[in-house]
Amino acid sequence: MSFSDILNIGLMQGFAGLSLFAVLLLMGLGLAIIFGQMGVINMAHGEFMTIGAYTVYLFSWLADNRFPRFSQTYFLVAIVAAFVIAFAVGWLVEWALIRHLYKRPLDTLLATWGLSLGMQQVFRSTFGPKEVSPTLPDWLMGSWAPHEGLDIPINGLFVLALTLVITAALLLAMYKSRWGLRVRATVANRIMANASGIDTRKTDRLTFAIGCGVAGVAGAAFTTIGSTGPTSGSLYIVDSFLVVTFGGAAHLLGTVVSAFGIAQTQSISEFFLTGSMAKVLTLLLIVFFLMIRPQGLFASKVRR
Amino acid sequence: MLNVSDIYVSYGQSEALHGISFAAEKNETVAIMGRNGMGKTTLFKSLMGILPLKSGAVLVDGVDVSREESFRRVSKGIAYVPQGRMIFPTLTVEENILAGMENATIKKVPADIYALFPVLWEMRSRKGGNLSGGQQQQLAIARALVADPKVLLLDEPTEGIQPSIIKDIARTLNEIRRLRKLTIVVSEQILSFALEVADRLYVIEGGRLVHESPRAAIDEARIKQFLAV
Repeated sequence: MSFSDILNIGLMQGFAGLSLFAVLLLMGLGLAIIFGQMGVINMAHGEFMTIGAYTVYLFSWLADNRFPRFSQTYFLVAIVAAFVIAFAVGWLVEWALIRHLYKRPLDTLLATWGLSLGMQQVFRSTFGPKEVSPTLPDWLMGSWAPHEGLDIPINGLFVLALTLVITAALLLAMYKSRWGLRVRATVANRIMANASGIDTRKTDRLTFAIGCGVAGVAGAAFTTIGSTGPTSGSLYIVDSFLVVTFGGAAHLLGTVVSAFGIAQTQSISEFFLTGSMAKVLTLLLIVFFLMIRPQGLFASKVRR
Repeated sequence: MLNVSDIYVSYGQSEALHGISFAAEKNETVAIMGRNGMGKTTLFKSLMGILPLKSGAVLVDGVDVSREESFRRVSKGIAYVPQGRMIFPTLTVEENILAGMENATIKKVPADIYALFPVLWEMRSRKGGNLSGGQQQQLAIARALVADPKVLLLDEPTEGIQPSIIKDIARTLNEIRRLRKLTIVVSEQILSFALEVADRLYVIEGGRLVHESPRAAIDEARIKQFLAV
């Protein structure tokens, strides 16, 4: 094996890590908003991702069987729909369940875990236990080969671009918009935010729904790199929590950096070791890091 | 402007306020004097809707707000500067002020706020949590003022602040009243501060108002006796 072969393999493996990074980041951002900002441990976050994935599958099925002329364009619409549907379900869940539990943060863990089991069963009953895959449009297939022996898959590039757009939009919304200000004020001091004129209940609901919507987009992105089953989302939930904790809760930039670190460690060590050993290595590194620095990578420097 | 009639507040089984009534006119400053644990903060929290009333009513400009949530009271004209300032430490000074502008039509901090508190203009991009106590107090007042209140509630604004700054705060409160002609209700332990800002003084003891007097006819020795530990 020549040096350029090794370089190519390293690059491709690194890129595979980037695709994982994209899904982890989208999942992590949604969680970071909900967990970091609101203190709600949303164990059902993976299922919101699955909602997004099944939404894409549904649109793909419609395009295949009913509206063949949309077979090249349905995917873009499906991403938006994935956000909207996950957002709407999130809104409903916050109203029906979460808002009663803000004063009992640990109970949200149990409640949302139950919710996650319930949602998995709904998926199983609706779509069947078998994994499904949408028919991806032609423009997402194939790979981009800048030179001999190096193949970068186009779907990976697309997912990466989508992730960057969503991340930028979220960061902008969090730090420049009125909604972001409301969220950050509520996080800093819920009672005082309310006494300053902010409708904290509405803010909570919108925030939870946006977090779920972003998970839906993560699900849409996920369909380009894996097939969807009722439990697809739950496979990602642990990693997503790791991303948020490692990055430092309540710090969106930390989430970006930590998603990148975890995805790359996982993906590159997977090439040299087996998948489970790679996982062990990643977990060990994170555990040691968090022992030394419990607040995570980033924490805001403010007198308390 | 502010009418409080016969309010009762309790923490679980134990009643903390036993029927408090008072009124404050437009362009009037009222001080509620009392020692620690006499119910000042409980009274302010219940006026703001942070603690629920057991009975009684709070009227702002004739509108009953007794059953409203805090943020709705803000839109009906009460603003609140809590004890311990409670600014948002992770937000910048400017964002802290903007947080109080939920019902404002403009999206920028009005110039007169920075004119009133020049130090906040200098510190506008700093995190609120990194300001000194006196600066945080000014920030908390600014955050309440941008809501354009009819009634401004200040709970122990002098607590933990050095004497020279306390004089500044008194001057600022008088300036605010001169400019905006609003109603100010302030709770205090320091008599000299209260005498500088208030037109009328009440003394609260054990959850009841036990003494009322206009500034002109004040019996300083008597009030000092109430405040003595």
